[in-house]
Amino acid sequence: MNLDWSWLSRNLSHVAVLTGQHALLALAPVLVALVVAVPVGVLIHRTGWASKGFLAVLGVVYAIPALALFVALPALLGTLLLDPINVAVALSVYSAASLVRSVVEGLRSVSSAVTQSASAVGFGGVRRLFRVELPLAMPTIFSGLRTVTVTNIALVSVSVLVGSGALGQLFSLGFDQSFYTPLIVGLALSVILALLADLIIVLIRRGALPWVRVRRTA
Amino acid sequence: MNVFGYLLDPAHWSGPGSISSLLLQHLAYVGVAVALAAVVAIPLGLLLGHAGRGAFLATGLRGGVRALPTVGLLFLAALLVGADAVNIVVVLALLALPVILVATVAGMRRADPPAVVSARGLGLTAGQIVARIEWPSALPLVVDGLRRAIVQVVGTVTIAAFVSAGGLGQLLVRGLAEKDYPQMFAGALVVAALAIAVHLLFSGLALLAGRRARPRSRRTAPAALAVAPS
Repeated sequence: MNLDWSWLSRNLSHVAVLTGQHALLALAPVLVALVVAVPVGVLIHRTGWASKGFLAVLGVVYAIPALALFVALPALLGTLLLDPINVAVALSVYSAASLVRSVVEGLRSVSSAVTQSASAVGFGGVRRLFRVELPLAMPTIFSGLRTVTVTNIALVSVSVLVGSGALGQLFSLGFDQSFYTPLIVGLALSVILALLADLIIVLIRRGALPWVRVRRTA
Repeated sequence: MNVFGYLLDPAHWSGPGSISSLLLQHLAYVGVAVALAAVVAIPLGLLLGHAGRGAFLATGLRGGVRALPTVGLLFLAALLVGADAVNIVVVLALLALPVILVATVAGMRRADPPAVVSARGLGLTAGQIVARIEWPSALPLVVDGLRRAIVQVVGTVTIAAFVSAGGLGQLLVRGLAEKDYPQMFAGALVVAALAIAVHLLFSGLALLAGRRARPRSRRTAPAALAVAPS
């Protein structure tokens, strides 16, 4: 097994840069998706029975393999194949498709007894949304956020096959030269990044939703 | 440049290395890998679900596997054991296994608890309980898990082409090497179409399975929920 840990110390700054790129490429789409998903999710939820149809369409979008989207987007966007914008847009689309579902399911989980009580007490539509329904939907939305973030971090590496790929570059480097060190370093960093991001989201949830008793959710 | 040029050229659809033959290869990889994963995961899930264990396994496994970068794992496996077809299929099956296992366990746990308890009280054996109560309830979730697994493997096989396995990913590999973007675009479109087709097919199957598990008439609801026709 061709393994040389001194490679790591020699290339530490390069690996650090790649990790930073990786985090950016994975997390920026999540923020974009969140900003899009909440209003869209609310709208879809409002349509009532039609929401199932919309969610089904989003499910189809989510079924498209990441690599296919990375390759096809340049034709649609007019960008070059190697442009990281393709990765960012593709991941934003996936993340949004997934988060909209989380928002809709979260809103759906609010029992009608609660919404009706809120209306009875005097909450108008918009106030009820922001003060009652969305906060109660938050646990589900946070769960979706965790899923989407971790998935994105894993997907960024795939783009190395047709682009820059951030930490994915360590994988192709290791493979091309039959050199195990960058492969293992890349895998470890990818997993650590995912765990860290997941932890941060959990901490944010604890801070933002202190009233939620955390049971074993997904 | 006409991005659809490669796809629309009939010459690319027949003969060796054509889209059709790569599609068949792709389907073969996906079929064998998912079958292998299911053959292990479903019985294991039946056992765990029936025994009532597996909740921790479910959440932990699902979260953990999601964090793994497929490309890294495939490249590592290719270096360690070589990238021949059998090894690739095993790796693909290992990656698909958690999805199916978690879905089976969740499906089994979903069975109506009073029905299970009554069945035990009536003297049904474990096998009968599984077959008549837990499995029919689990079936829609298992089909849904299979759907997600197959869609996932369709994507992973595409990536596997980069460690010199076959399948539609070859269109991407060749297109990249020959700087032929229309070829890559063709590969991307066919892969996407395949994934969507599988997704729609199995979504429909899951709906059908769900309908079978639900009672046909309100009056007979409790009985029908408890015991499926044997």
